[in-house]
Amino acid sequence: MIPTAGNVLLFAAMVATGVLAAAGWVAGHRRSPGAADLARQAAWIAAILLSGATLLMEIALLGRDFSVSYVAQVGSRATPVWVTIASLWSSLDGSLLFWVFILGLWTASLARATRRADPDLAGWSLATMAGVQFFFLWLVLAAGRPFVRMDVIPPDGPGPNPLLQNHVLMAIHPPTLYIGFVGMAAPFSMAVASLLSGRLEADWLRTLRNHSLVVWGFLTIGILLGGWWSYEVLGWGGYWAWDPVENASLLPWLTLTAFFHALLLTERRGQFPGWTLTLVLVSFLLTLLGTFMTRSGVFNSVHSFTQSPIGPVFLAFIALVLLGVAFLLSARLGALERTGAPFTPISREGTFLLHNLVFLVFCCTVLLGTLYPLLNQALTGDQVSVGEPYFEAMGRPLALALVLLMGLGPALPWGRTPPGSLGRRLALPAVAGLLPGLVVIVVSGGTWLPLTVGLAAFSVAVSVQELAAPVRARMRASRRGLADGIATLAGLPRRVGAHVAHVGVAVMAVAIAASSSLEVQDEVTLSPEESVSWQGYTLTYLGEDVAQEGFRVAQRAWFAVRRGERDLGRLAPAMHHYARASQPIGTPAVRSTLGEDLYLSLLRIDPESKAAALRVYREPGVAWLWIGGALVALGGFVAAWPRRRRREVTP
Amino acid sequence: MTGTRSRRLALGISLLVALAALGLLASGLLGRNIVYYWTPTQLLDAGDQAQGARIRLGGRVAMGSIAFDEATAELRFRLHDDSREVSVRAVGTPPEMFREGIGAVVEGTLARDGVFEARRLLVKHDNRYRAPVEGRHSGDPFESVEDL
Repeated sequence: MIPTAGNVLLFAAMVATGVLAAAGWVAGHRRSPGAADLARQAAWIAAILLSGATLLMEIALLGRDFSVSYVAQVGSRATPVWVTIASLWSSLDGSLLFWVFILGLWTASLARATRRADPDLAGWSLATMAGVQFFFLWLVLAAGRPFVRMDVIPPDGPGPNPLLQNHVLMAIHPPTLYIGFVGMAAPFSMAVASLLSGRLEADWLRTLRNHSLVVWGFLTIGILLGGWWSYEVLGWGGYWAWDPVENASLLPWLTLTAFFHALLLTERRGQFPGWTLTLVLVSFLLTLLGTFMTRSGVFNSVHSFTQSPIGPVFLAFIALVLLGVAFLLSARLGALERTGAPFTPISREGTFLLHNLVFLVFCCTVLLGTLYPLLNQALTGDQVSVGEPYFEAMGRPLALALVLLMGLGPALPWGRTPPGSLGRRLALPAVAGLLPGLVVIVVSGGTWLPLTVGLAAFSVAVSVQELAAPVRARMRASRRGLADGIATLAGLPRRVGAHVAHVGVAVMAVAIAASSSLEVQDEVTLSPEESVSWQGYTLTYLGEDVAQEGFRVAQRAWFAVRRGERDLGRLAPAMHHYARASQPIGTPAVRSTLGEDLYLSLLRIDPESKAAALRVYREPGVAWLWIGGALVALGGFVAAWPRRRRREVTP
Repeated sequence: MTGTRSRRLALGISLLVALAALGLLASGLLGRNIVYYWTPTQLLDAGDQAQGARIRLGGRVAMGSIAFDEATAELRFRLHDDSREVSVRAVGTPPEMFREGIGAVVEGTLARDGVFEARRLLVKHDNRYRAPVEGRHSGDPFESVEDL
């Protein structure tokens, strides 16, 4: 029953997507409002059908209907509800379905956003979106095939990969990342529509920006949650390993971030419209490349849980999009009108341009390091990987340059900077940056940490200055005090969002520098009742116990943690044994505070003496990485918050 | 006009120089940070070249080869592929999953005495996680390893 219904829904969605593509094309080509309306209806219908198919799969998973091939592949009677729901994206076939479902929602969102847009822009963008959706639907039906009826219905299934069952973040991280990744198709389609119609009006730019900001916000959260998952599950005390799959998510984030800054140049100054659109197109291409990297199995990665034959098809699709993009840019770039103001280097736009360049270099660096093993294997046949030191050595100075520009840019005015005003604008932030930098030099020494702290403080000071300026101006004008002054910020969501995100980035930069340069780790072995003093903590091994947790058996080692006289509670790093896994999965225990994390990772418990061997880490500042990241995403959402439309004032 | 043009030229040239310098830096760093993925046979064939290079050596832990000295925390074992065998030395408690016969990957380099000095020990994580079948050959020794 469910297999048939699922396939019918998917086929119907494919037909609706076909109608969407055709109607969008006609609307774009003939500027027909009727066709644009039809396209919008088709987009909604496709989204509803795809939601139905996805819901059906969830029902099958929750109902343990092993007559459905995908349920037989990843379902299990033993898994708790959250694991069962998350099973949808735990393997290739289901994740493709989930992927196309989110794409359907984004298409519907685009249909809603283009209600008031001109039919050619609406049509071209919806038609482009339909093309992408058609390809992914075809992948689901031809390669994924989640709804095949099983000839022999198994009594039970294996459940998803134990590493994915091991932490509840697996229920949140993939959907958020997917929403960002898949959502990139929407800005891409809008940019394509701009190029095809040769139009780039303020309204359209606003829609493009707001969609991109939401995509970017989800991408930010998704990347962070991935790092958090890695930190909480993999047990090596780190959150980022420059793993190909991690890089795959970072690359489009970098180009999209560059895009927002380029977009400001286009919106405010009419400069570089082609470059701005190119960044959107490239971001989409990078998400496709990222999808290929995670889903094709050509890379060795700790995050890659599916290996499949879709690689070549996907590569062909990427090549096709790349060709299309190149053709569009070369043929249509001239059609965009340029009414740009003359360009002046010492100005906000000058720093933005430089910043764009640094972002691009960063992106190329990461891309080179990620793809190098693949190129090398193709050319010489040797299997190699690029070590983390490459990424660290290249990434650190580039990231610091970005933090510096993040402060410098907003401090400079648009257009020409009046001579002599530079000192006045930068004096306070410079002092604010120098002081903490010097303090860190004295306290901890080193080069990178004080430099990072100084530059971060500098850029935070600029952000504060930039947010204080309108508040002060308002207070001076209205004389109604601080509350009224702060209320004006509500009318400036873009400025507030941008600076909240900037502060978040500065916080993250400091957290990364602190945790990577001040981390301490050690290996200790304790017999039961034995204590050890380590880095100011006293760890007492209380003994082990074994807990039945339904779908797994947890073998836990209990430690009492004290600091001086203060009792900090207990930590229980564990080994999780899953029924169908041949090996146990180590699960670290983390005590997280704003200052530092104490991180215990169990290596083994001796079966006879019960002695526990563990790796202990002291990780300063990691909590601030998550806090800073949350600020960055929040900034994106604030900036995308729609400003109340001012009613037309008619005298 | 000539003023702006020459300024643009200077800007363009300095940009190119900066990018070229970055490219050189990147390729130099790449060259120094390459990790080779080798099997015991490839390692032994490489001979002296293997000394000092960063290598990930993948193979199976030989039966009866694991020796752990609790006093010095020195772990010794042998990794083999179909034909050859390499002795490995590492420091640290072996993780729970580390057993004879399993697939393992060690990262480090070949010491002068012909023993592989491992800085990191990774145990192959069975992605498909069925019960292990004795004598089953896995195609790629580097597929799905978990860092420990």
